[in-house]
Amino acid sequence: MKIEKTQQQSIEARGETGYFALADGKVFKGRCFGALRGASNPVTGEAVFNTSMYGYQEILTDPSYAGQIMCFTYPHIGNVGCNEEDVESSRIYTEGLVVRVAHKEPSNFRSTVSLQSYLAKSNVMGLEGIDTRQIVAHLRDNGAQMAVMAGGEGVDPQQLVAQAKDLGSMEGKDYVKHVACKEIYTWDKLPWSLSGGNSRKLSQEQLVSRPHVVAIDCGVKTNILRLLVDVGFRVTVVPAGTTSSEIMALRPDGVFLSNGPGDPATLGYVVKPVQEMLGKVPMFGICLGHQILGQALGGKTYKLKFGHRGGNHPVRDETTGKVEITVQNHGFAVHKDSLPKNVFISHLNLNDMTVEGLESKEARAFSVQYHPESSPGPHDSRYLFKRFHDLVMGGAR
Amino acid sequence: MPKRTDIKSILLIGSGPIVIGQACEFDYSGTQAIKALKQEGYKVILVNSNPATIMTDPEFADRTYIEPITADFVEEIIRIERPDAVLPTMGGQTALNTALELEERGVFEKYGCQLIGANVESIKTAEDRDLFRKAMDEIGLESARSMLATSMPDAEEAAKVLGYPLVLRPSRTLGGTGGGIVYAADELHRKVAIALSASPNHEVLIEESLLGWKEIELEVMRDLKDNVVIVCGIENFDPMGVHTGDSITVAPIQTLTDKEYQLLRDAAIKVMRRIGVDTGGSNVQFALNPKDGRIIVIEMNPRVSRSSALASKATGFPIAKIAAKLAVGYTLDEISNDITKETPACFEPSIDYVVVKIPRFNFEKFPAADHSLGTQMKSVGEVLSFGRTFQEALQKAMCSMEMDTYGFDRDKLTKDLGKQELLEATKKAAPQRLWLVGEALRAGFSVRDLYHATAIDPWFLGQIDELIQTEESLKGRSIESLDSESLREIKSLGFSDRRLAQLLDVKEAAVRDYRKKLNVRSSFKSVDTCAAEFVAHTPYLYSTYDAGSDAPPTDRKKIIILGAGPNRIGQGIEFDYCCVHAAMALKEDGFETIMVNCNPETVSTDYDTSDRLYFEPLTVESVMSIVEREKPVGVIVQFGGQTPLRISAELAALGVPVIGTSVESIDVAEDRERFSALIQKLGLKQPKYATARSADEALLAARKVGFPLMIRPSFVLGGRAMRVIYTEDEVRSYMHEGVEVSHDRPVLLDRFLDSAIEVDVDAVSDGEQVLIAGVMEHIEPAGIHSGDSSCCLPPQTLSQKVVEELKRQAKILAKELDVVGLMNIQFAVTQAEEIFILEVNPRASRTVPFVSKATGIPWAKVASRVMAGKKLREIGVHEVEPVGYVSVKASVFPFSKFPGVDTVLGPEMKSTGEVMGIHANFGGAFAKSQFASSTKLPSEGKVFLSIRDGDKASLPAIVKRLSGLGFGVVATKGSADFLSQHGITVEVVNKVRDGSPHIVDMLGTGAVSLVINTPEGWQPVMDSKSIRIVANELRIPTYTTIAAGRAVVEALGMVKDGSYLSVRALQDYLSPAVVEPQKKAATP
Repeated sequence: MKIEKTQQQSIEARGETGYFALADGKVFKGRCFGALRGASNPVTGEAVFNTSMYGYQEILTDPSYAGQIMCFTYPHIGNVGCNEEDVESSRIYTEGLVVRVAHKEPSNFRSTVSLQSYLAKSNVMGLEGIDTRQIVAHLRDNGAQMAVMAGGEGVDPQQLVAQAKDLGSMEGKDYVKHVACKEIYTWDKLPWSLSGGNSRKLSQEQLVSRPHVVAIDCGVKTNILRLLVDVGFRVTVVPAGTTSSEIMALRPDGVFLSNGPGDPATLGYVVKPVQEMLGKVPMFGICLGHQILGQALGGKTYKLKFGHRGGNHPVRDETTGKVEITVQNHGFAVHKDSLPKNVFISHLNLNDMTVEGLESKEARAFSVQYHPESSPGPHDSRYLFKRFHDLVMGGAR
Repeated sequence: MPKRTDIKSILLIGSGPIVIGQACEFDYSGTQAIKALKQEGYKVILVNSNPATIMTDPEFADRTYIEPITADFVEEIIRIERPDAVLPTMGGQTALNTALELEERGVFEKYGCQLIGANVESIKTAEDRDLFRKAMDEIGLESARSMLATSMPDAEEAAKVLGYPLVLRPSRTLGGTGGGIVYAADELHRKVAIALSASPNHEVLIEESLLGWKEIELEVMRDLKDNVVIVCGIENFDPMGVHTGDSITVAPIQTLTDKEYQLLRDAAIKVMRRIGVDTGGSNVQFALNPKDGRIIVIEMNPRVSRSSALASKATGFPIAKIAAKLAVGYTLDEISNDITKETPACFEPSIDYVVVKIPRFNFEKFPAADHSLGTQMKSVGEVLSFGRTFQEALQKAMCSMEMDTYGFDRDKLTKDLGKQELLEATKKAAPQRLWLVGEALRAGFSVRDLYHATAIDPWFLGQIDELIQTEESLKGRSIESLDSESLREIKSLGFSDRRLAQLLDVKEAAVRDYRKKLNVRSSFKSVDTCAAEFVAHTPYLYSTYDAGSDAPPTDRKKIIILGAGPNRIGQGIEFDYCCVHAAMALKEDGFETIMVNCNPETVSTDYDTSDRLYFEPLTVESVMSIVEREKPVGVIVQFGGQTPLRISAELAALGVPVIGTSVESIDVAEDRERFSALIQKLGLKQPKYATARSADEALLAARKVGFPLMIRPSFVLGGRAMRVIYTEDEVRSYMHEGVEVSHDRPVLLDRFLDSAIEVDVDAVSDGEQVLIAGVMEHIEPAGIHSGDSSCCLPPQTLSQKVVEELKRQAKILAKELDVVGLMNIQFAVTQAEEIFILEVNPRASRTVPFVSKATGIPWAKVASRVMAGKKLREIGVHEVEPVGYVSVKASVFPFSKFPGVDTVLGPEMKSTGEVMGIHANFGGAFAKSQFASSTKLPSEGKVFLSIRDGDKASLPAIVKRLSGLGFGVVATKGSADFLSQHGITVEVVNKVRDGSPHIVDMLGTGAVSLVINTPEGWQPVMDSKSIRIVANELRIPTYTTIAAGRAVVEALGMVKDGSYLSVRALQDYLSPAVVEPQKKAATP
C-alpha cells in the first residue's frame, strides 16, 4: 500500500529560504529545492545523516527511511541526476533532504531527470546551502531527534522547533504499517546490470521448479528481492502482519524477513508469526528483519544514539574472522546481553562492537543488521544470499 | 593475525632522487613505513641515495645507507646486513625494478631473505603488459585491445590491426617515460624507436586509443586475510590520453552513480586478488566510456604510488603506514584509525569535502621540449586543495600553484586569440587548458561546445561555467554593494580576495578589510576519514566558508611553519626537509607546531609531522586567516624557499610575528644596491654588475660590466631565464626574446667569472655566534646554476687558507645582516685565489639536507631552535669537519623526458633532484653519485672529447688517464690537433657540420660510451647540440664542463678496479670515532 499522504498539487521550489529545525532548538537556514513545503504543510521526521558518498537515489527510495529527514554528508548531491533504474521501491520514502549543494545539471549517461524535478514530482522538499557537517556533528554529540522543515513565506523557525518537540521520538513508532504492501505478490526480476538494466526477469517456467521463499514485507528494498531471485529462489512477497499459518500455507522452503522503518519494538504482530515459524522453516532477516528475528529468539532492541547510516562500516564475520565493508541503515539494534545463550552473535560492528548478525543453528535462522543487498554500497556481503540458499537447500554451511 | 616474529630485520628500498614521475611522495611513504616498522620493534635498514629525504635522517632507520639504488649496491648491503626481509613497495618503480633484478640474480635466495609486501610473481604480472592483459582476461575484465612489440615490424603489424591513433606504453618505465600517442603512420617509426629504447626489456605495448574516455583510479588495500578496502576513488578531470600524474584529479568521484562505482570497486578487488598483492596498497586505473559505461582496466601498480600519497592526504587514511604494518602480518581490523582512535583502519573513508589536485609544470625551463601532454608524465610537482565543494577546492588549488594565478584570471593568455581559435586551443591537452576552458566559457561557448572540444565531463565544465558567470556578474559592481550573505556565498565558491579585487577593481587589502568588517571569515574543518561521524583527534584542517569550525585553537605557545608549496625545478624536497625539521625540533622544545602547506607529496603534510596541519595555499589571504585564528608567537618563513619569502614582507607589514632573520635583512640581501653597499662596507668583493630597464640600457650596461657576463631578470626562482653571454649580439637577442623587461622588473647583468670555482657555504647564526655548517666546493665552475652543479664536502682543491677566509667572510656577513637562523653564501674563487661573493641568502638553502647528512648535525633543527630564541651555546652544537670520507652531491636532470632538449648546463637551473655519494675518496664518491643518478659509468669503450680552447690545458692529463684505464679516445679535430702538439695521438671524428660520417653517426653505432663536451659561447653551443641530444636519447653519459670531465675520469678509475662498490651505513660514518667536534671551531 502507498502511504496515504495528501497527493496535493506539488509546487516546485525556486530557492526560497527554508529552515531545518531540530527538537532541541537548533535551527539551520538554507534554500529550498525540489518541492516547496510551506508552514501549512511542513516536512516532519527524525533527523538522520548518511555518510555514503554515492547512491542518493537508492537512499531516497529506500522504504526504511520513511519517517526520516535525510542529511547527506557528501556535499554534492544531484551530480548524476536520477533515472528509472536506481530505485529501491516505487517512490521516494525519505520525508525530506538536507544537502550542502544540490545540482540542477546532471551529468551521467544513465540520467533521465534532474534531482530537482524528481523531488518536485514526488512533493519532496530539499534544503541546500546548509553546513551539513555541522548537523552531523550536532546529531553525533546530542543524539538523534525529531525535526521539522519548511520554506517560503511566513515560516517561523521557532514554530518549527516547537512542532519538532511535539513529534516526540522515533521510539514507539510503527512505520511498517505505512510502507508494507497490502497484497501478496510474486517477484521475478533480476538485479541491475550495465548491459541489461533493471528489467531482466525470469519466466514462470524458469521459476517454477525453484525453492520457494516467502518474504515478509516490512518495507522491502527491491534489490533484496532481485538478489533472492538471482541466487536461485522463487519469491513471493507477503504483507507484514500475515499470520504464520497463512505463510506456511504458501509452503515456503524459506522465509525472508525484510528491512523496514521505525521502532522494531512496536512490531509484535510481525514478531509473533516469526516466533511461531522458528525451527519449521529456514529464515533469513535483514536489518529490521534482523531485529524481528532477534526478538523472536527472545532478545530485546534498543535505540542507538544516532544510528548507523552509511556505506563504510566494517563488520567482522565471527565465523571466518573476515571483515566486510557493509552498508548500514538502522537507528535501533539488538541488545547483545538480551539474547539467549543458544543464539550465536555471528557478526560484530568493529566501530562500536554492536551486534550485526545472529544465528540460531537449531532454528535454522540467521540475520544481519546491515544490508548485504548493498544498493547503494559495496558488494562484500552478498555471499549471505548464497548462505541462505545453502541453508534452504539443506547444504552444509 | 599478530605481527610476524620470524623476521627481525627489514631492508626498505627507497626511490632515490626526485625525478619526474617519482617525487617526494616516496619520502612520505618510506618515512611512514620506517616509523611504523620501528614502532613494531623491527630493525630497519634503509637504502636511498637521496640526501634531501627525511627517511635518510640517521635517527629514522637503524642502518641508513645513502648509496645508489642499483642491484649491485643493494646486493652489497644485503651481503653485509643480512636482513630477514626486503620491503620493495615503498620506493616506487625504482625499488620494484631493483627488487626484480635482485630476484633474477638469485640474491634473495643466496642470502636467505624474503620479499614482503609483494611477491615477484605479482610484480611481474602487474608490470608486464602482456601478462597483465592475460590476467585480466582470466577474471573477465576488459583491457584495451593491444599488441606487444619488441621490434619495428611488430609495431607496423600492430598499427595495421588496431588502427590509429595508437598509444605506446613501454614496459617497466617510470611515469610512462618513452611513451606517447601515435596519431598517424608518419610518426610511427620515430615514436616506437624512442619507446623501445626507454624500456629496460625493450618492449612496448601498442594499444587502441581510449582518448576522450573518463579516467578513474581506485586506491586499494588488502591484508593477509584477504580483507580489502578501497581508500579513495579519484576521477580525472582530464579525460584519457593525459598521464594521470599530469591530469587535474578530483576526489571523490563526481560523475558516477553508485551502481557504476560499485562495478569499478568490484573490478578493483578482483584485480587485486588476481594479481596477488597479498598485503599493502595498490592503485588500479580504469577507463570508462562516458557514453555507455563500458569499463576497461588500464593498469595497476602493486605498490604505494603517487596516487596513494594523494589518497592518503585526501582522506586522512595513512596508506603507507598501514601497508607497512600489513606487510609484517597485521590485518586491517587489528590496526586502529589514528584520527578517530576508537575505530579500526579496516573501513573505507567517507569524506565530506572535495579535493582537487593540479599538477605543476616547468616547461619554461625547456622551451625546446614538446609542451603538449600525453601518456608520458611531464609535470614536476603538484598542489592539492580542499574545499567543501568542487568549485571551492578548484579555485583554492589554482591559488596554491604559485604561478601568480588566483582563479580564472588568465585573460592575458587569450587576448590575442579569436573566438574560434580559443575553442581550438582548448582541444590540446596542455598545462594552461583549465584557464583556457574558463576563458572559452567567458567568450560565450557553451558547456556542450567545450565538452565536444575537450571531452572533459560536462559536470566539471558546468561548475566552471557557474564560476565564470559569477565573475561576470561581479564586474562593474562596487564592493559595498555586496552584503555579508552574498559575500559569504561568493567566498564559499572559492574566490580569493585577490581575484575579487580584480573583478571589483579594488585593492586586495580593500576586499580583506571589507570582508572582516562584515565578519565574513573562513571557518576550518577537519579531514577526519569519517565525515564527522566520529570525533577526530587529529587537527588536520582546511579552510572553507561554511558556518561551523572544528578543532578550536589551544592556548599553547605556537609556532607556524610556512611550507614550500608545490615542487618545481629550483624548489624541491630540500625545503620540505627543513620545514619538517623545524616541526620536529620545536615540538621537542615544547611549542605547538603548526604546518601550512599544499603539497600532497610531502612529509610536512603528513598529519603527524606537526601538532596541527593546515592544508592550505601559501597566500597572504590563507596565512592571515590561520594566523588570526591561531595567534602564534612566531611564524617561520625561512624554510619554505621562495614560497613563504615572497609573501613575508606583506605578512610582516600586517603584523605577523615573523621570527628569525628579519624581513628587512632579507631585503638587504636581495636588493642589489643595498647589498653592494654592505659588501663595500665589509671590504669584500663582488663581480661587476649593472641593471638595465630597456634593451638599449642593457647594451650600455654590458659594455660597463664586460664579457662574458651573466644576464637575468630581477626576480628569479632557480635561475629562470638566466644566460651567460659572450657578445653584444647575444645581449640584443636575449633582450628581444628572452625576457619581459619593465621599469619595475629590470634585467640584471653580472660579470661572469670564467673558470672560477664556485663554493657554497651554509651557516647558522643566533645573532651573536655564527657556526659554519659546511663548505661545499662545486665541481662545475661558476656560471653553472648552483642547484645543478655537483659539489663535494669537504672541498677537494681549495687551500686551507682559502677555506678559512671563506668562513671568515661568511661570519662577518651573517653578523652584519643580523642573521638569526640559516644563511647560505655562494662564493666564486678565481684561479688567483681571489674571492668574490655571488649571492647571500639569509634563509634555508637547497644544500642544508646534504650538509646535515655529510656532517651528522641536523642544521635545520639547530636553526629552528635559534629562531625560537635559543642560543647556539645552549643547544651545545659545534662545527664539524668530516674526516676520512668525502661526500659528493650530484644533480639529476629530466632530460630523458624531453627528447630534443639540449643537456648543456648553464645559469638556468634544470635539475629536479639530487643524490649523494659517500666514499673514502673523491673518485669513489663521485662514481657513486653518478650511478645513483642513473648514469651508468662505463668500464670500457671509447670516450669522445670536444673541448673548448679555455679548457684544453687539462686535456693531456685526461687523455693519458683514460688510455691508462684502457679507454679509447675520439676527439674533434681541434682537440685532436691540440693533443698531437702534446705528443698524443687520438682518433679524429668529424663535427656534424663537417659532414658524414660525423660524431652523431658514431654515437649511433654504440661505439662511444662516454662524452665530454665543453662548448663556449652561443654558436658552438648550438653546433654541438645535436651531439648532446643524441647522447641523451641513447643514454650515453655526457659531461659538459671540464671540471666534471676531470671528476668522471677519476671516477672511471674507481669503476674499473671495482673499488667504488663498497657500502657503509651513515651511522658508521657519523660515529664519534669518525667525527671529532673541532674544538677551535666554536668561535665566540
